[in-house]
Amino acid sequence: MLKTPEPTTFSRILSVGASRGSKAVTNDDIAGPIDSSDEWIRQRTGLITRARAAEGEEAVDFATAASLEAIEKAGISPDQIDAIIVATISNPVPTPSLSTLLSARIGAVGAAAYDISAACAGYTYAVAQADALIRAGLAKYVLAIGAEKLSEWIDPTDRSISFLLGDGAGAALIGPSDTPGISKSILGSDGSAWDKIYMTNTLFEYRDAKNTTSDSDTAEINWPTIRQEGQAVFRWAVWEMAKVAKEALEIAGVKPEELSAFIPHQANMRIIDEFAKQLKLPSNVVIAKDIETTGNTSAASIPLATHRLLEEHPELSGGLALQIGFGAGLVYGAQVVVLP
Amino acid sequence: MALSADQVLAGLAEIVTDETGIATDAVQLDKSFTDDLDIDSISMMTIVVAAEDKFGVKIPDDEVKNLVTVADAVNFITSAQG
Ligand SMILES: CC(C)(COP(=O)(O)OP(=O)(O)OC[C@H]1O[C@@H](n2cnc3c(N)ncnc32)[C@H](O)[C@@H]1OP(=O)(O)O)[C@@H](O)C(=O)NCCC(=O)NCCS
Repeated sequence: MLKTPEPTTFSRILSVGASRGSKAVTNDDIAGPIDSSDEWIRQRTGLITRARAAEGEEAVDFATAASLEAIEKAGISPDQIDAIIVATISNPVPTPSLSTLLSARIGAVGAAAYDISAACAGYTYAVAQADALIRAGLAKYVLAIGAEKLSEWIDPTDRSISFLLGDGAGAALIGPSDTPGISKSILGSDGSAWDKIYMTNTLFEYRDAKNTTSDSDTAEINWPTIRQEGQAVFRWAVWEMAKVAKEALEIAGVKPEELSAFIPHQANMRIIDEFAKQLKLPSNVVIAKDIETTGNTSAASIPLATHRLLEEHPELSGGLALQIGFGAGLVYGAQVVVLP
Repeated sequence: MALSADQVLAGLAEIVTDETGIATDAVQLDKSFTDDLDIDSISMMTIVVAAEDKFGVKIPDDEVKNLVTVADAVNFITSAQG
């Protein structure tokens, strides 16, 4: 008879690692070209500084440092890793993947390795897949990573999103567990809002524009950068995502007051505050606010925020955290996890 | 049943107080949300969504920038109730 994998009942996050761009960029540093101010940015977004890559720092470097930290903390050796899933929109080439390069860098010889593109929800997708691979018996140890260098895709004169973005990577090492550690993930999308967070043009258009001689057709074509319709995204991110968060809690059988922490994607402090209000989180639930000094690092933001939360509040270890990611696509993902 | 303009104003004032802590009786028809009540564009969004909920109307993103004064909002909501 055909042999199939031996399933495992539970998985959990064993450890997390983090690495941020080493350059702290202040609001004053970027306010000029967008005719903004430190006060405006702090009040509307909660950002004080954003972490950005210094010269020579790449997304894979952040991913390497974050992964090595997670591996060391978990106390396993890199060759025990069966799969590496990197959520990213920052791989400089369509192929080969960032994850295969990472596997070689960290010595995870022979591991299954692939990238996923789910923008700011990417890490929650990666965690869902890691959980599924482990419970299905296809893997024992899986690295789920969010890694970004968004500073490659920003326009300093753009007021819609560039000033929010930062660079870094967060990694979670996920493995088998005797007790439940990751709830059933809620993953979804709304492709009808494909144009709410978008690139100014494609790389192909950029190439073609560079190759044509007539200026008139191509004056608008520049290196592609990210834009968003801030108001529409804000409304979706708070009120639609509050429904998803509530559903994730319900499916997990967890009441808001049973949570130790709430770790939403770090898009804007005002989104986070309003979100917490909508969820009616009691005041003892610690809310991740890494955005203040890291900025929005897309797929990296939840694991980075988790890492910081555990550094600042080691007592949260073993507690339940609701994490939710949402972003371009539009896409979203949420699950309740036991903090390592 | 459609609410009167007075009832909409009272309901809206409650929302504003709830979202921003501004005293309910400061929310008067001639007041500008930004200049007089010091409500920023993001708090305005939370007020808009709460108003949609409370009054059962749809206030599109493009419409929000036209709601400069409290009267603008009351008028929009009153007529949108149909
Ligand atoms: C981007 C965001 C901060 C903009 O704030 P906003 O309140 O929607 O801004 P608006 O476009 O309504 O503009 C309001 C005012 O601020 C000004 N403004 C807009 N962007 C500005 C900026 N970056 N700096 C200074 N002023 C700005 C506008 O000109 C406008 O001024 P006016 O009232 O005098 O015309 C906000 O929409 C947001 O955070 N959205 C969610 C974004 C998000 O998190 N996306 C990522 C999901 S992965």
